[in-house]
Amino acid sequence: MTRFVKSWLGVAATTATLALGGAGAFAQSKEIVFGFQCDRTGPTATVGTVLCPGYQDYIALVNSKGGVEGYKIKVIEIDNEYKVPPAMEAHERYKKEGAVIEGLYGTPQTAALNKKLEEDKMPGTSPGFGTASAADGKRFPYTFPIAASYWSQVGAAVEFVKERLGTLKGKKIAYLFYDNPAGKEPLAILEDLAKSEGFELRTFAVPAPGLEMGAQVLDITGRYKPDFVIAHLFGRSPSVSIKELKGKGYPLSKVVSLVWGSAEADLIAAGGMGVAEGYNTMQFAGVGKDYPVLKDIEAMYKAQGKEPPKEMDSTVYYNRGVFNAAIHVEAVRNAIKAKGGAMPTGEDVKKGMESIKGFTLGGFVPPMELSATDHEGGGWVQIWTVRGGKLVKVKDWFQGYRPVIEKQLAADASKS
Amino acid sequence: MFHRESGVFKTTYAADMALYPLPIAKWTMIALAVLFVLVIPLVVHEYYLSILNLIFIAIVGALGLNVLVGYTGQISIGHGAFMSVGAYTAANLAVRFDLPFWITLPAGGLMAALIGAVVGVPSLRIKGLYLAIATLAGQLIIEWTINHVPAISGGAQASIQVDRPSLFGFTFDTQGRLYFFLLFFAVLAIIATLNLVRSRIGRAFVAVRDQDIAAEIIGINIFHYKLLAFAISSFYAGVCGVLYTYYFGIANYEQFQLIVSIDYLAMIIIGGLGSVLGSIFGAVFVTLLPIAIRIFMEDVGSLFLSQGELANVISGLRLAVFGGLIIFFLIVEPEGLNRLWRNIRSYFRVWPFSY
Repeated sequence: MTRFVKSWLGVAATTATLALGGAGAFAQSKEIVFGFQCDRTGPTATVGTVLCPGYQDYIALVNSKGGVEGYKIKVIEIDNEYKVPPAMEAHERYKKEGAVIEGLYGTPQTAALNKKLEEDKMPGTSPGFGTASAADGKRFPYTFPIAASYWSQVGAAVEFVKERLGTLKGKKIAYLFYDNPAGKEPLAILEDLAKSEGFELRTFAVPAPGLEMGAQVLDITGRYKPDFVIAHLFGRSPSVSIKELKGKGYPLSKVVSLVWGSAEADLIAAGGMGVAEGYNTMQFAGVGKDYPVLKDIEAMYKAQGKEPPKEMDSTVYYNRGVFNAAIHVEAVRNAIKAKGGAMPTGEDVKKGMESIKGFTLGGFVPPMELSATDHEGGGWVQIWTVRGGKLVKVKDWFQGYRPVIEKQLAADASKS
Repeated sequence: MFHRESGVFKTTYAADMALYPLPIAKWTMIALAVLFVLVIPLVVHEYYLSILNLIFIAIVGALGLNVLVGYTGQISIGHGAFMSVGAYTAANLAVRFDLPFWITLPAGGLMAALIGAVVGVPSLRIKGLYLAIATLAGQLIIEWTINHVPAISGGAQASIQVDRPSLFGFTFDTQGRLYFFLLFFAVLAIIATLNLVRSRIGRAFVAVRDQDIAAEIIGINIFHYKLLAFAISSFYAGVCGVLYTYYFGIANYEQFQLIVSIDYLAMIIIGGLGSVLGSIFGAVFVTLLPIAIRIFMEDVGSLFLSQGELANVISGLRLAVFGGLIIFFLIVEPEGLNRLWRNIRSYFRVWPFSY
């Protein structure tokens, strides 16, 4: 028996040596592997088909300029179709290929991989996905939201409303939300702020798939008559909300939407930019084409004799892809520099991520500071409003009610 | 399994029902056991083990659905919801009462069986598409309840983190260790189903499927067996949900939405309704094929395209190829992969004298 076990151990050892040998040869060619999950074919394909090309284009741009600190980047993009088992398969694949960083896609997928990321010491980013409590780097050491969580977003939304209305005391705010965990998450912050700021809050839940909200909107416009509406919807439902609110005669300039109801695609689906005039959108990456990094991508395509891809016109989601890639590259750059040019591990990239600071790409990325405790980077957002057929920036990078968010994070951490 | 006789020699029912019709069948089983327990975990890379792990979980779920849809003929599109019942039961027990997996796992299964039997009550009066809609309602009600009752869901996020399963101080934390954990339950589910369908209960299920009025006339208690079918099927689903929970380390109802129910129905239809081997084939086909197609496309495609262009093409094309293959296999053999396998076997049984 021992002999038998030994012989199998021998086989295993040989395989392992071969695998390691392969990996060694890999490293010599100065290539570094990034994993990126995407959904181009599932329920959020409208986002993925634009966002993921943005990610790929920025990586191509970095590679065309010689890579990151001399390393060429190989991206393994895996379409998880917004399903959880394929996301696990993708993560294991990245581990096998020696990836040092992983882009997550989808809230349930992020939830399912949190533990795995920590066990495998692989930093994963989830901008706009996952739970708000993942901002706490102590509890989730390898999960990086890198963009404003829903808590920070709703805090910023209330801040914006306060600026528009002058004061919040005695005002009425309606919260129109998609009835799923992501939609309900900001309620804790809203209720807290309603008490401290003295405004009246009423919530209106829209059940999945969110295509029918006539009753809720009628309730808002006809009966409640709020001073402002904060909308937190996903998929097709933001466009429905714009149409319904407009149809019932509610001024869209008194509506602010959180980040997943804020793209050109939503506005066009609602009947065009003209219909959505005045609608306020929240953004965690720059909007429009007026940034040096996007000009560089266009120049890269022109140099290859190609037209820039049509996805670039859908700037909100495309730019979020570019944003995600830029943060990945920056974290890996920090990690390689810290190791004096040697190949970084997942742990090094985690530290690289936590030292990102003052990286703005010409206003494209918020002035965030990641640290070992704050994986959200401060929760910065911008407000862009539809004016004259296009999105116009009306409020530059800002944080809303940061102490309230931090208090909530601490309370959540002590609960578990 | 892989053996063949030169003809049909069985003369008794017992011989026909035997799990091992020939001594060689037993040897095949032993060889398979050695392969899965000793060879694969030592030789294969962890990545491939992780795919096998997903297949093992899918096998448990597919077997359960096949007992209900394939053997008893009752359509259900609530399978995903029953998984979430098992998942949340186990997660709550594991977190609030600190119970080990060998209590939470059967508890999750039993709770799912209970809820499943309740959702199955309409099957006593309606059949076919009507029943499909009734179980769809069950799926939506369960989803809504979990989403809106914090006592079950554990708060606004509706997700409960659980620790890795452990037994006598040994923690199943890596893919390689979870492999044994999941393999054990997949094998248990396969053996249980094989024996279930050749028992009195299994025969009653088949009688209900073939013609329920006739079954009632020959003395089968329809009320009892239809609900039993729902309960057994949901028990498997619940266990499948618990396995997912321990595998991912979290119970989250968004993992078990309607699309999951549809995926499992696809598995058993592609694999073959009313067969154990078919459930396994279906689970393997639906889990493995998209991955295989993608890896193939990445290797071939990278010869012609840059990585960005390749990413633009692959996900859409992969779905088209996957869908095409499903249609192809179902046209070649409408009764599923299991029937295809049996046709091949019976061809070789009398080969080369095929007349």
